[in-house]
Amino acid sequence: MASIDISNVSKTYPGASAPSVSDINLSIRDGEFIVLVGPSGCGKSTLLRMVAGLEDITGGEVHIGDRLVNRVDPADRDIAMVFQNYALYPHMTVRENMAYGLKNRRTPATEIESRVAEAARMLELGPYLDRKPRALSGGQRQRVAMGRAVVRQPAAFLFDEPLSNLDAKLRVSMRGEIRRLQKRLGTTSLYVTHDQLEAMTLADRLVVLNAGRIEQVGAPLDIYHNPASTFVASFIGSPAMNLIDAEIRGSSLHIGATEVPLGSMQAAQGPVTAGIRAEDLQVTGHGLPFRVDFVEELGAQRLVHGHVEGQPLTLALTPDAALHDAFHLSIRPGALHLFDTRSGRRLPQPESGVFASRVLA
Amino acid sequence: MNRVRPFDHFVLILGTLFMVLPVAVAVMTSTHTAVEIHSHGLFLTPGGHGAETYATVLTRQGGFTGQVTGTRMMMNSLILGIGFAVGKIVLSMAAAYALVYFRFRFASFLFWIIFTTLLLPLEVRIMPSYQVMSDLGLLNSYTGLIVPLLASATGTFYFRQFFKSVPDELLEAARIDGAGPFKFLIDVLIPLSRTMMAAIFIIMFVYGWNQYLWPMLMTTEERFFTLMRGIKQILQVWVGSQIPDYNEAFALAILALAPPVLVVVVFQRWFIKGLTESDK
Repeated sequence: MASIDISNVSKTYPGASAPSVSDINLSIRDGEFIVLVGPSGCGKSTLLRMVAGLEDITGGEVHIGDRLVNRVDPADRDIAMVFQNYALYPHMTVRENMAYGLKNRRTPATEIESRVAEAARMLELGPYLDRKPRALSGGQRQRVAMGRAVVRQPAAFLFDEPLSNLDAKLRVSMRGEIRRLQKRLGTTSLYVTHDQLEAMTLADRLVVLNAGRIEQVGAPLDIYHNPASTFVASFIGSPAMNLIDAEIRGSSLHIGATEVPLGSMQAAQGPVTAGIRAEDLQVTGHGLPFRVDFVEELGAQRLVHGHVEGQPLTLALTPDAALHDAFHLSIRPGALHLFDTRSGRRLPQPESGVFASRVLA
Repeated sequence: MNRVRPFDHFVLILGTLFMVLPVAVAVMTSTHTAVEIHSHGLFLTPGGHGAETYATVLTRQGGFTGQVTGTRMMMNSLILGIGFAVGKIVLSMAAAYALVYFRFRFASFLFWIIFTTLLLPLEVRIMPSYQVMSDLGLLNSYTGLIVPLLASATGTFYFRQFFKSVPDELLEAARIDGAGPFKFLIDVLIPLSRTMMAAIFIIMFVYGWNQYLWPMLMTTEERFFTLMRGIKQILQVWVGSQIPDYNEAFALAILALAPPVLVVVVFQRWFIKGLTESDK
């Protein structure tokens, strides 16, 4: 077990004009579960692979524990990795798959046997130890891949989108299993995913990446409630946060012809991007005029897609709420996020107040 | 869909006859005496002299020096066939491994150079190859028979394509598991290539077994004779009024046919697997 320190790490592929990953600084505490999340091509896998040693680091330093590992072979970094497509050796049985890494490290046979047995018990793979991977289901294969990581008792686990190949139901249960396993072993983990739900549910801390740079680092709820930019706001949370062009004049926010009072004089004036989560909108008698386009039924919740002042907006309602073609909406107190329109960065937020809006005559 | 279609069967039966009849004729004819064959032509019925013909063919000290028997020739052919197949697999696998898994300059250029040698059959370079072997003093040796023909563009190509289809993650997992290049080859790639190797073994064994021109050039001593040359030798006895030993020629032809058939029968399950699916 160890901490991982990533300082000023960048990666430029040969022949590429711009770096794929630039200037990443991240320190991971011992035993922490860190999730790297971002859209495809944001550099999250590259970063993980640099920590693993599968990709050369072109700038900066990676420390695992207190050892600089930039030039250390993957096998000697004391890490274990779980791959998206499992990467099990197809010609070896489950037992051999798990034991292979230990055998290469000249671990005594009795030790190998007890560790494999322990991992198999933990992952409920006992009955399958003598099967070949091809005779296993996707979930079982991924458990074997995790078993292979666990038996090594490494300083850190690296997960590269391990659940992407599984079906939705299995993904949820495997997610729980990974979390439980990590809690129990207390092994520092770095986990890459493009699925924000997976990221939210697994992480101690979340790292949101965009175009090779860190957008925000923080606990899942921190990021959810205080997104640092429009990118994070639209990426984390489902449905995505509504982002609406608006303008601040004095102490109120103007969305089209609707005025939302903010309670106090605002430092930022002029055009802003207003972010409102779907569940932070309430139906009221008067306020933002909302026209319904279509409705998505999710069972526990009903997502109403429509327009407000010509801009698309999504609204989450309880299933028993009455549906009309048009609503008036108000924003829940303290739930309005303001972003700079040009840079997308978060602006100082208005103090919480009641944003009962009124339509200007 | 399971309706019996007489025409389909007719076509299949016709095809089977077309393939099997010549072999059947050869087998049957080889059980008659040379005189019978000479006067009656080919036979489709068994004769009574099978055992003695085959025994003669396998054990008689034939040839000019009387040094070579059918058994000896068969062994030579086997050495050639197996030597070819094994050597080509080892060599082309090593070449493909280097081409796919190691980053070195001009790798793909080198591959295409290797690949274009497919266009150059043995006959094109037969004189220089002979010269080289002669200078090395390897005429009349198994080394001289086998080594010059080991480089195989086909094999390298097959293995390269196969290695390229092996997911990169397998290599990465192996690297994290502490397997170096050699261990990865032995522990992962070779077991995965088993079916591929079986397929190439068949092709190359038959190729080596059927070599005629090269052994004829390389070896002058009769103890290196292969079956292919033996068959021709038997028919080359137009001395005086002697009738050629047709029966023995047929028997030898059948003996020459048997091992490749055996190899195909044994390996065919893997062969088909190797060519159609991969073990992943």
